Amino acid sequence: MSIIGWLQIGLLFLAVFLAIKPLGLYMARGFAGERNFLSPVLGPVERGLYLAAGVDAKKEQGWLAYTLSMLAFSAAGFALLYAILRFQGSLPVNPQGFADVPADLAFNTAVSFLTNTNWQSYGGETTMSHFSQMAGLTVQNFVSAATGIAIALAVTRAFARSGAATLGNFWVDLTRATLYVLLPLAVVVALAFVAMGMPQTFNGSVSATTLEGVQQTIALGPVASQEAIKQLGTNGGGFFNANAAHPFENPSALSNYLSIFAMLSITSALVYTFGQMVGDRRQGWAFIAAMATLLIAGIGVIYWAESYGNPILHGLGLEASLGNMEGKEVRFGQAMSAAYAGVTTGISTGAVNGMHGSFTGIGGLVPMLLIQLGEVLPGGVGSGLYGMVVFAILAVFVAGLMVGRTPELLGKKIEGREMKYAMLAILILPASILGFTAISAVMPSAVASIGTAGPHGLSEILYAYTSATGNNGSAFGGLSANTPWYNTTLGFAMLLGRFAYAIPVLAIAGSIAAKTRVPASTGTFPTHTPLFVGLLIGIILILGGLQYFPALALGPIVEQFAMLSGQTF
Amino acid sequence: MSSKPVAPSLLDPAILLPAFKAAFIKLDPRQLIRNPVIFVTEVVAAMVTVFFIRDLATGTGSPLFTGQIAAWLWFTVLFATFAEAVAEGRGKAQADSLRRTKSELMARKLVSAEGRETQTIAATSLKVGDLVLVEAGELIPGDGDVVEGVASVNESAITGESAPVIRESGGDRSAVTGGTQVLSDWIKVRIGTAPGDTFVDRMIALIEGAQRQKTPNEIALSILLSGLTLVFLVAVVTLWGLAGYSGTVLSVTVLSALLVTLIPTTIGGLLSAIGIAGMDRLVRFNVIATSGRAVEAAGDVDTLLLDKTGTITFGNRMAANFMPVPGVTDAELADAALLASLADETPEGRSIAALATGEFGRQTPAVSLPVSGKQSGREVVALAVGGGSVQSGALAIDAVVPFAAETRLSGVDFAGRRLRKGAVDSILKFAGVRDENVPAEFRRAVDQVARTGGTPLAVADGNRLLGVIHLKDVVKPGIKERFAALRAMGIRTVMVTGDNPVTAAAIASEAGVDDFLAEATPEDKLGYIRKEQQGGRLIAMCGDGTNDAPALAQADVGVAMQTGTQAAREAANMVDLDSSPTKLIEIVEIGKQLLMTRGSLTTFSIANDVAKYFAIIPALFITTYPALAALNIMGLTSPQSAILSAVIFNALIIVALIPLALKGVKYRPVGAAALLRRNLLVYGLGGLILPFAGIKLVDVVVSALNLV
Repeated sequence: MSIIGWLQIGLLFLAVFLAIKPLGLYMARGFAGERNFLSPVLGPVERGLYLAAGVDAKKEQGWLAYTLSMLAFSAAGFALLYAILRFQGSLPVNPQGFADVPADLAFNTAVSFLTNTNWQSYGGETTMSHFSQMAGLTVQNFVSAATGIAIALAVTRAFARSGAATLGNFWVDLTRATLYVLLPLAVVVALAFVAMGMPQTFNGSVSATTLEGVQQTIALGPVASQEAIKQLGTNGGGFFNANAAHPFENPSALSNYLSIFAMLSITSALVYTFGQMVGDRRQGWAFIAAMATLLIAGIGVIYWAESYGNPILHGLGLEASLGNMEGKEVRFGQAMSAAYAGVTTGISTGAVNGMHGSFTGIGGLVPMLLIQLGEVLPGGVGSGLYGMVVFAILAVFVAGLMVGRTPELLGKKIEGREMKYAMLAILILPASILGFTAISAVMPSAVASIGTAGPHGLSEILYAYTSATGNNGSAFGGLSANTPWYNTTLGFAMLLGRFAYAIPVLAIAGSIAAKTRVPASTGTFPTHTPLFVGLLIGIILILGGLQYFPALALGPIVEQFAMLSGQTF
Repeated sequence: MSSKPVAPSLLDPAILLPAFKAAFIKLDPRQLIRNPVIFVTEVVAAMVTVFFIRDLATGTGSPLFTGQIAAWLWFTVLFATFAEAVAEGRGKAQADSLRRTKSELMARKLVSAEGRETQTIAATSLKVGDLVLVEAGELIPGDGDVVEGVASVNESAITGESAPVIRESGGDRSAVTGGTQVLSDWIKVRIGTAPGDTFVDRMIALIEGAQRQKTPNEIALSILLSGLTLVFLVAVVTLWGLAGYSGTVLSVTVLSALLVTLIPTTIGGLLSAIGIAGMDRLVRFNVIATSGRAVEAAGDVDTLLLDKTGTITFGNRMAANFMPVPGVTDAELADAALLASLADETPEGRSIAALATGEFGRQTPAVSLPVSGKQSGREVVALAVGGGSVQSGALAIDAVVPFAAETRLSGVDFAGRRLRKGAVDSILKFAGVRDENVPAEFRRAVDQVARTGGTPLAVADGNRLLGVIHLKDVVKPGIKERFAALRAMGIRTVMVTGDNPVTAAAIASEAGVDDFLAEATPEDKLGYIRKEQQGGRLIAMCGDGTNDAPALAQADVGVAMQTGTQAAREAANMVDLDSSPTKLIEIVEIGKQLLMTRGSLTTFSIANDVAKYFAIIPALFITTYPALAALNIMGLTSPQSAILSAVIFNALIIVALIPLALKGVKYRPVGAAALLRRNLLVYGLGGLILPFAGIKLVDVVVSALNLV
């Protein structure tokens, strides 16, 4: 670790903190339908869309109608994307002439982009036509992110309102999130990426003669536009197989900086928007504080473990001061590789600028754990916020009991119904992650896919289901996941992680919205103090992380101790 | 408060012995399924027992280890059922004595309402509306209202208070309770409740926990605990597969041990004991709640509605100051007021005398009675001079004018002086001072007293105005501090009074209440409660009169006085047997304590898991991955002793925490944040660290005894 490295990390977070308030306020106004500087251009578009879709923007929905709209929209999005992939060969804009995508991969990919996961069982530049990338995947990059934001808005309104029957209109929230937030920011970020040297072209590829005189095909395409929304929408699906480690997807230290900033910006600012909309900005900041504390701690551990390096390799004469550089890009270095790994897993982006599977035991444990904690640090756009609200509900329940009062969060009493749905949501994640991992770990055909023997192989499987269930999308390299078993089960894990979590959350929102907001008294436990932030962190670690301890002990933890004692597998 | 609540000793064999037996009866899975965490533990214990028997029969595995794990898993379940049995046992003794009073009750049912002719029937066959006659020495056969007669009644069976109370028809003292004894005279009682649903029946059911239903908060907590149990069930079951990857075969025994140590058995085992103990604590404070829900709601109360009279003030106005007009000394006025009040037997009159002789240091003069002292005030005068022994040189009283409601003044005539004190207008009339001739200073003093919410009395000597006596409602000592404590808990106090707003405001500010409701009618109270509830607040109030009944029913926590009417007692969800209006404050504390105990033990239980992982995980995998020895930070002797120690610790901690569950976590009115910080430190951090030491200690013992 070095001072320069920490300065880089510090500067990055400073930039994000500075962006939170203006962006959060802008979004709060935009979601409320207030006019802003983009309204003259986008206002008519918005109204046109409502007119075309037959949506009455003034008519609000109850939690069930909101949920059903969200599910219907997702189902339609899945069907469309699945069809595009299956018939890719017959569709236009396919300069490389790629064939139709096989059924299991098409299912996996469609679910993956639908759920904002962007797990990629395929290599982008060798599988997907430009049409599939742009009309299929990139569209879902926008709307899956907007769907997450919409659910978060419904949850936010549940706390902002008192005795309300409705949570807003899903179609309006979806449209506004796309038009006023994702689209304009994506344009700006894409242009910045182009300026930093990222390709943006419809040409398929160029052929070059290398110094050795060999012909090499260099894949090109509309990279910058997909990169922008990949980061802003916490999607993570790369244009190239190597994702952000590829020089065309992440050409320089500067583009790396902008990438991380873009990942963190909207999802962090949404937490501020929450505080703004419920009328208690301190609550927003308290959530941000808990998220930032855990995220920065996670990055610190990765940075420390990777800088410390691998004593086995040091023993073989590798330069110890560089730390473990296996699977990392020299142009990013230890600090910004650690920051990228921490942020991309703390958020459900899943883009990578280094290979997590090549990290040391602990260095690889942290990204996995950050996903397992529920993708709330600060998590995917929208999904991170509502995941945090679930943890906050559990935290106030425990805190409320300890101060002798029926627990309440932002003046809403937390009772049996909310606890039931919160526990249901919390239960989905370990059931999917540990369940699928355990089955795969004893299934010879599934174990055959692993790339490394010993505990690292188990880590690969565990990471895959963790990433899928957490809707993250990053992978622990090595695992050949493009098999019918993994494509199908990972697809189901993604669906569970997204919808089996979001539906109970929306049910909580419906129940919370209907409650009267109780004014705070000195007997009410304040939920914006450092004490609460500490409690929230404890609850996230204990309720979100404790159940993974045995699995982690058998994967990365034993790997770390084995590495330190010089044992290999 | 009549009786200081004393908790029965935890080691009382009268409670412990039946509890042992009950603990086994409660193992019935049909009963245990109400408690999912312990039910899972029982299922797992049964499973391990089967494996133990298999190991014994086939001679495979390690039956010694499996047997001990099975035994301790059963102990875990037993300790949980024992905790519940002990909690129930503490109320049982009281319930038994109540039942005895009830069992052989006979009723003398009146044949007609007018006559006194009765027929004797069993109390259990009484119907609502029946009239019964109860005479001295007899037990009242059922709950009801006195319709005729007046009697002194010994209610000690219910209240524990041996001093008899008066029960009479009409008014607020008409309610009688079945099982109480008439000591003198006779009464006719109209039965108000069907047998089986009487106060005593409800009390028995409540104390025994027979009708105990889970309260809303208990349900929410059960969901959390069941959810956690499921989460850890997933973690443990999948561990079998994860271990299979590295070729490790985990036995059902060790997986069961891991599961039971991870699921929140500590709080799961003590949850119902905490609930029962909470009700029991209330009973020991002489409060009967009709449901656990009400006790819990008490902890949530935001606003307390308190009657001014009897709760905040002593109930009658007392003299607080003498304010002489210019030219009259304090001493002169005090003397005059003292003499004029000798013939005033009202509490106000006595308070004037007390103020003059006390704070103002005047002596009660010896007086000689008028010869023709036929006035009823003479006894008072006689009293004032000490039994009427006339001394020489005493003031020769010519005439005594006793206080009367019509004249609203009292006084004495002696040596040509005519001292009077009384209501200002009465005194002005007596002195013959016309409104426009009233001295400005006198007028000012009267206004000043009225403005501060007091009642001004005037003192005159013949036609000369001497000054003003300031009468005021005296706030009970210490009440202000209690309200401050309530405020620290986050509870607003609202004073309800029939006084005018000026008087109410003055008393409110002196007592330190947050708000007041002046000139309040029962409808006003009801309206105020509804308004507060619409704002999402929870209201508690106490009352005793029939006109309080609607408000008591509307309030989230309504506490009726035992001395109150049947209607009030029916409407309320708690009855205070001591009839002490400040009891609400204790009730709130008990409610809070109940939730806090649950919360603290939940935190403790979950925090414990960290240490258990560190004990069991390395033990399970040390043969496959020797590198995992690094996780054995407690340095436990062997894998088997590590697992056994964790299970033993997990079982013993339930027993160790039974006293805490029964007594409850101490509540301090210090504000929510400070309370949380303290409890997090004690039960969160403590729960994290303690098991490391505890498991290590058990391991030392286990390996010293060579148990595995």
